[in-house]
Amino acid sequence: MPYRKLFSGLMLLACLGVTSAALADSGSLTVVGAGGVLQDAERKAFFEPFAKSSGVSVTEDSYSGQMAKVRAMVASGSVSWDVMQVEQNTLLSGCAEGLFEELDWTRIGNQEDFIPEAYSECGVGAFVWSMVPSYDKSRLADGPKNWADFWNTQKWPGKRGFRQTAKMTLEIALLADGVPAREVYDVLSTKAGQDRAFAKLDQIKSDIIWWTSGAESLERLASGDVAATATFNGRVSAANATGKNFALLWDGQVYGIDYWGIVKGSANRENAEKFIAFASSDTAQSAFPQYITYGVTNKKAISNVKPELAKDLPTTEENLKNAVGLNTEFWADNGEALEARFATWRAQ
Amino acid sequence: MAGSVTSELAVRQSSGAAAAQPGRALALAAGFRADRKRQRMISVMLIGPLVAFIVFAFVLPLGTMLFYAVNNPEVRNALPQTLEVLKTWDGSGPPPPEAFDALVADIKSDVPPNVLAEAGRRLNYEITGFRSLLAKTVRNVRNAEITVAQQHLLAIDEQWNDPAYWRVIQRNGSALTAFYLLSAVDLRPGDEGGAKLAPREERLFLSTLMRTLVISAVVTLICVLLAYPIANAVVSVGGRFSAIMLACVLLPFWTSLLVRTSAWIVILQKEGIVNRVLQALGLTDAPLELVFNRTGLYIAMVHILLPFMVLPLISVMKGISPTFVRASSSLGAGPLTTFLRVYLPLTLPGVGAGCLLTFIIAAGYYVTPTLVGGASDQMLSYFVAFYANTTINWGMSAALGVLLLSCILALYIIIGRIVGIDRIVGME
Repeated sequence: MPYRKLFSGLMLLACLGVTSAALADSGSLTVVGAGGVLQDAERKAFFEPFAKSSGVSVTEDSYSGQMAKVRAMVASGSVSWDVMQVEQNTLLSGCAEGLFEELDWTRIGNQEDFIPEAYSECGVGAFVWSMVPSYDKSRLADGPKNWADFWNTQKWPGKRGFRQTAKMTLEIALLADGVPAREVYDVLSTKAGQDRAFAKLDQIKSDIIWWTSGAESLERLASGDVAATATFNGRVSAANATGKNFALLWDGQVYGIDYWGIVKGSANRENAEKFIAFASSDTAQSAFPQYITYGVTNKKAISNVKPELAKDLPTTEENLKNAVGLNTEFWADNGEALEARFATWRAQ
Repeated sequence: MAGSVTSELAVRQSSGAAAAQPGRALALAAGFRADRKRQRMISVMLIGPLVAFIVFAFVLPLGTMLFYAVNNPEVRNALPQTLEVLKTWDGSGPPPPEAFDALVADIKSDVPPNVLAEAGRRLNYEITGFRSLLAKTVRNVRNAEITVAQQHLLAIDEQWNDPAYWRVIQRNGSALTAFYLLSAVDLRPGDEGGAKLAPREERLFLSTLMRTLVISAVVTLICVLLAYPIANAVVSVGGRFSAIMLACVLLPFWTSLLVRTSAWIVILQKEGIVNRVLQALGLTDAPLELVFNRTGLYIAMVHILLPFMVLPLISVMKGISPTFVRASSSLGAGPLTTFLRVYLPLTLPGVGAGCLLTFIIAAGYYVTPTLVGGASDQMLSYFVAFYANTTINWGMSAALGVLLLSCILALYIIIGRIVGIDRIVGME
């Protein structure tokens, strides 16, 4: 164990040069988001109001979901990030591994004020996002309605965009193959079900263009490189707000939750807790969907959202009709094996 | 060194010339020694920064990488008692009841929960589903009153009766593992020791390695063919014009890699400049697929790596006196013969250095293939990053790094044998 610490420390030293340990300052906080329009929205709804009301000076950083840096920080004991926005599976594995602080929920709020999925040992649900099918209405008058249509390249010729991960893509393939939303994970848990998902993807394999960042998916839709794409619902609405005309379809949406977590050994733990409590409050969360159309986790805030905004949120009842909630336990077990198989399949 | 000096002095003293003043000779020798020492100190101090740099920039990271590729602490830290009991188990049939007792004792011992979680993650690499089985068992056992461990564990999950799970635990009792390195070449540890080939749909890395080497080789070849005339032109034009040409070659050097890569996406995409021009000229009817495939990858990588080929060529060509070519012509050789028999052999060290540099940099490319390549153009570095960042499996990441490094080293040695390392490095 001490060896490991030593090695990690040396590795950090060797790879990154000497990182200056962030000096703990009573009035500061570093918040890390995922960049782009999402972080712009977080800034307006959470970071700036929090800085104003608490007097804490908030520094921002962004990352693309990669935990290597956090792992190195925690191992070397020089933690410069305090609060992070993390995906659910990252939160769970990071929590088990000791990369995130266990939260004292009494300092955050009442558990029953939130949707059940928002509670986690090391994190509080920040918002609900969703993977949905979309196309450019300015190019296609009458585009695909759901994932099954999405596969129909006869009727709608052109490329299809997908996120370059097995996660969510395999679920979508099964939905397209006619598996009801409720049964997706039962099917995917079997070898036969996995084969079925890959076989379904095989049908349009030569027409798929893979994307790695949400912004990329819509750029390709706008440039006509893809005729239809799987993408994040919030980005679609954000693009439409700037004059684009992308379709937003809810049939077969696959939704996940991102959380706020505190990095283990954060020097500003008290401010971090204050921030999370603030960002989970119904006032702050009620404002969030104005800036980006993601669902929120505080029940009061959900009921406070204006109806014209609510129709574009993944958490609205109408939009949840045929929805799949991301099963993080499944991906924690099968993620590495399925992603490897997915990579092999993509390269063939 | 100092020893030989004193022995020489001893010989001289006996010869009588210096024997008259033995004290002076000794003082001389001492002064000489001190001088040598000072000089050695100075030279050590001069190369000190270099040594430190090499240690911190190469030796330590590489050593750490090798260590991570074989390091196997997770199961030993989490389940020491279980491993102790399993030492005497032959691996066939169900495990002894004591193994169940030991596992319960390990879970109930005061190891931090994250140690057990890491062991679960490690075991899950070998049997999918082991992570949740262990996690479920830990959650249940932590706060339970247990009388008969075997019954209790089997009540949690029948899978605990499967010897395969126990065999994996047993196998990971050693401090070092070959698992990651085996996986890096698509092998899996066999139950009876040894290794077997992974199932077909999981064979991933050897084909990726081959692809990486092929892409690097093609990029290197295109770079040589393009860079040779460019370098020659830069050298033979001379004067201000050559400086302008050199600046044009170096211009991409001063632009961020990400910017250049993204620029190619914009230029080559379906409605990009290239396709628009081609269609406007009536050369093509439909837009060509120039990006997110191998074509786009080659275009972008050649553009980015060209300076690495041009610069060594220029430096070698600058040193070739034009009189050689003139002499060859005056002796009756045609231009082709002159080029093949005189000019080309003289530039070979530059070609070798350029190729090696380009190939090595290309083999480690990550950003460009990820952005510009298609699904079947991902190189090995993609998986290094994938395991390091996405799944946080550093052992696998390090093992793939070791695989790539050994290939490059092997190549370096082979090329060195053929061309001669001294010539490549330009020491000759």
